[in-house]
Amino acid sequence: MELFLQFFFSGLTVGAIYALIALGFNIIYNTTSILNLAQGEFVVLGGLLMWYFLEKIHLPYGVSIILTLGISGLVGLAMERLSIRPLLKTADPLLLILITIAFSILLRGILMFLFGKEPYGYPPISEGAPLIIGGAIIQRQVLWIFLFVLFTMLFLYIFFNRTIFGIAMKACAIDSLSATLLGINTSQMVMVSFILSGIFASLAGVLVTPITFVEYDKGPLLTIKGFTAAILGGLGSNWGVMAGGFLLGILESLIAGYIHSGLKDALALLLLLSMLLFKPAGLFQSSEQARLRKL
Amino acid sequence: MKRFLHNHYFHSLVLFSSILLLGFAIRDPYFTTILVFAGLNALSALGLSLLMGLAGQISLGQNGFYGLGAYISAILSLNLQIPVPLAVLMSAVLSSSLSVFLAIPALRLKGHYLAVATLGFGEIVYLLLNEWGPGGPSGFGNIPKFTMGDIALENPLSYLILVWAIFSAFFTLAQNLAQSSYGKTLQALHSSEIALRTLGVNILSLKVKIFILGSFLTSLSGALYAHFVTFLSPASFSVFYSVLLLMMVMLGGINTLWGAPVGALFITFLPETLRPFKEYDILIYGLILTASLIFLRKGIIHFLKQGIRK
Repeated sequence: MELFLQFFFSGLTVGAIYALIALGFNIIYNTTSILNLAQGEFVVLGGLLMWYFLEKIHLPYGVSIILTLGISGLVGLAMERLSIRPLLKTADPLLLILITIAFSILLRGILMFLFGKEPYGYPPISEGAPLIIGGAIIQRQVLWIFLFVLFTMLFLYIFFNRTIFGIAMKACAIDSLSATLLGINTSQMVMVSFILSGIFASLAGVLVTPITFVEYDKGPLLTIKGFTAAILGGLGSNWGVMAGGFLLGILESLIAGYIHSGLKDALALLLLLSMLLFKPAGLFQSSEQARLRKL
Repeated sequence: MKRFLHNHYFHSLVLFSSILLLGFAIRDPYFTTILVFAGLNALSALGLSLLMGLAGQISLGQNGFYGLGAYISAILSLNLQIPVPLAVLMSAVLSSSLSVFLAIPALRLKGHYLAVATLGFGEIVYLLLNEWGPGGPSGFGNIPKFTMGDIALENPLSYLILVWAIFSAFFTLAQNLAQSSYGKTLQALHSSEIALRTLGVNILSLKVKIFILGSFLTSLSGALYAHFVTFLSPASFSVFYSVLLLMMVMLGGINTLWGAPVGALFITFLPETLRPFKEYDILIYGLILTASLIFLRKGIIHFLKQGIRK
């Protein structure tokens, strides 16, 4: 039982990270129908920038987080302006996929240029002895991760239900043509979605680096994991994809713990392929719902 | 005469002989080796070009087929002592038959979904090669060289002939295919599946066939690669290989099969000219790919043609 709890909690931790990446996927998908395959690179960007501010120029923790998230948002903005906007008009899906891959390689190259190939890490948000719950050992950073994920959810809820901007974005996701007719600036919404998703992915990087370290080429696998989470939960719904993230994290951790750690990544991929094959709409929504969300 | 000059059999022949001429004229083993790699890449890229350019089906899992082709052929010839040419052929057939697993999702998936599904396939192969491939992550060697009867191909020049001859043969075949009614049907797949369905075309068999053909060429190239370098490790078969192929096809020009050899030659020789920046190759690749997608959307070939017309 203790062992199970231990695996469960470590699964929740990884799951929280997947949930944040999947969230980024979903926000961009909703406004543009694009899957941003550079999502994993933003996680790496978050971790590396945070290391720079914290360890290299010794800024306080809070300031570092804010700066990191700010810069990642700007990189998201730059990505949208430089690569997505010129191609969005052509509406050739092949080109739009390729450009996000191209940008992810570019970003990975820039990160390697700036930080080299070494893994980086920094101390967790608060030092102290780990907590013990029911025999399972939990690092303090894990609690911070949950706290931040909760904040993110709260922010999402308020943003998409209580602010006019969020509601406009939701309208854009449901039907961008009608939204345009209602006077909503859809291209602005696309821009904001890239900024938001950059921020969420980099938050994942900021939070997870004290536990797992980060290096320049971790991005692609994180992209696939985040995407698997998004598919598992069903693209289209913010809550669905986050649930998918936690589910994937827990499954992976249990497989790694009870069966074989090498199977962990293969499981995620097999899960992805079989979901795509048998239930592309995700676990939590019917295919009709998904079709309405233009899947 | 004019008809003869504009014939694609003739064009393939010109390409083949000029590559050979280049190899025999420069006679530098290093240069020849790179030309051989360019030929292998061109063969792989041709597979992707058929899939992507002709049929509009994206695949980011070509590294999986490349790796399977190489590993299966190496294991067949090394452990079961099967003659190399037969092993190459068997491995290409075996590994490309796995592409059915990609073709069936491709029936339901489009665009980004297909991209990620194929990416997942390539990544699974890569992980499996790392976990269970002979030698694990560090790989294995002593793979026999390519032999035909009593003749063993030893030096790079003989591989240059072999690889580019195989490429030219399939290149001609692919061009014939593109002009046939089957090729036209594939092109229609690019634009409207529903229209094809109403015309009574069997989409399932169409997609399965093109996926098998595309992955056959890439697997074949992987198998030849194994017997050329005689040492394999999973590192050569990561997703990055698929991205390189993608760059070759896009840079060369997605609308023409000529994009494959032109892009492959360009991308294979690029790292050689960028030797001072060796460490930062990813950065350079990223810049080139991003810039070419935004500014050179139709590829080098289209660009050159326009230049000539002006």
